[in-house]
Amino acid sequence: MRRFFGSSVTKKLVMALAGLFLIAFLIVHLTINLFLLSDDPDPFNKAAHFMASNPLIKIFEVVLMGGFLIHIIWGVILQIQNWIARPKRYKVTYPSQTSFFSKYMIYLGIIILIFLFLHFLNFYFVKLGLVEGDHENFYEMVYDLFKIPLYLIIYLVSFIILAFHLHHGFQSAFQTFGINHKKYTPVIKAIGLIYSLVVPAGFSIIPIIIYFFK
Amino acid sequence: MNIKLKIWRQKNAESKGAFVKYDFDGVSPEMSFLEMLDALNKKLIEEGDEPVAFDHDCREGICGTCGMYINGRPHGSVQGITTCHLSMRKFKNRATIYVEPWRAKPFPVIKDLIVDRSAFDKIMTAGGFISTNVGSAPDAHAIPVVKEKADIAFDSTICIGCGACVAACKNASAMLFLSAKVSQYALLPQGRVEAKERVQAMVLKMDELGFGNCTNTGACEAECPKNISLSNIARMNREFYKAKIT
Repeated sequence: MRRFFGSSVTKKLVMALAGLFLIAFLIVHLTINLFLLSDDPDPFNKAAHFMASNPLIKIFEVVLMGGFLIHIIWGVILQIQNWIARPKRYKVTYPSQTSFFSKYMIYLGIIILIFLFLHFLNFYFVKLGLVEGDHENFYEMVYDLFKIPLYLIIYLVSFIILAFHLHHGFQSAFQTFGINHKKYTPVIKAIGLIYSLVVPAGFSIIPIIIYFFK
Repeated sequence: MNIKLKIWRQKNAESKGAFVKYDFDGVSPEMSFLEMLDALNKKLIEEGDEPVAFDHDCREGICGTCGMYINGRPHGSVQGITTCHLSMRKFKNRATIYVEPWRAKPFPVIKDLIVDRSAFDKIMTAGGFISTNVGSAPDAHAIPVVKEKADIAFDSTICIGCGACVAACKNASAMLFLSAKVSQYALLPQGRVEAKERVQAMVLKMDELGFGNCTNTGACEAECPKNISLSNIARMNREFYKAKIT
């Protein structure tokens, strides 16, 4: 099995590449979401329609799902191998990790995966026609959903978890690529921190505005 | 001073092992951690008990033989030192001290606090060397080396292979050790000759031996008694990709 998934270095490279690809996708997703803040449903619905119908996007969608799958499968494999590598745990442990959230990546990842499934159920499966819903008016669907307090809370908590996951993931990917430099690594870490704050905050602000101000 | 020790006792590789409590009086703050264990063992022998087995050799922090997990940290709470340099004055009077062996699948416990670290030797045998026809020593300046590179190579060379990085890593990964060994050759002209084969063979051997995968937590760097830097791991990754691509 080790052979198929590659050496420990290769596996990390696969994780990092898939992770950065998903990080790039989040920016695209957020940009479209920001149309939701307009009082006019048209721009968002048009964007959603474009994402649903453009043939190039269709190809990209398959690639994206591949990215998700690879990131999840390789992540789980890595974690299982890492658990096996220490069959007997320590009685006393002291948290000396310099990257705090790195310790919890698998758990954060699993929570994000559960959220992703709910998110697919809410939107993506509707688009695919697997779940009933109004294809042409995603704008209203979003507004209906975020008027439910439970969904608002679930979404907000998920984005906090995502922020933690991204905080380690972003800078970690560059270390895996072999980029570790006295001058540039602090810059990468700073960009990672800004990204992991701004992007989840951007996603979070939309349901908050919808719930309280619309 | 008085301390309460909870030491992992395990008869041999097959037996289960458990913590045994020792109430130890008369510990001097001037003692090193190993001297304290020597004193404990003297007491145990006098009482007709089996002494605690632990690894030690130079007691100068340069051989990498000693190493135990003290209160949740390899080599104890002081950064940048080995267990033999850990002073008892770093502990409070009446402190409870947990002492455990390194825990990793490739480092099976032989007895008590001694683990079998020959997995590191196997990694070195896989590629941690240069092939050369030995004769008389060549002139020191026969091959020019850039000073900065020589310095970084030296910083990697000081890895003593104690295994604290594996012990500290939540994944029991040997990446910091391996990367220090790859780096010390990769940076010097003599090491470049076999650079491609070396990094691949060593990574393959590390995986084969069952060490975990690196997840860039940085615990190894934080606990390394020789302050080996994470930048070595990045260099090893680069070396690995270079070897695979070219």
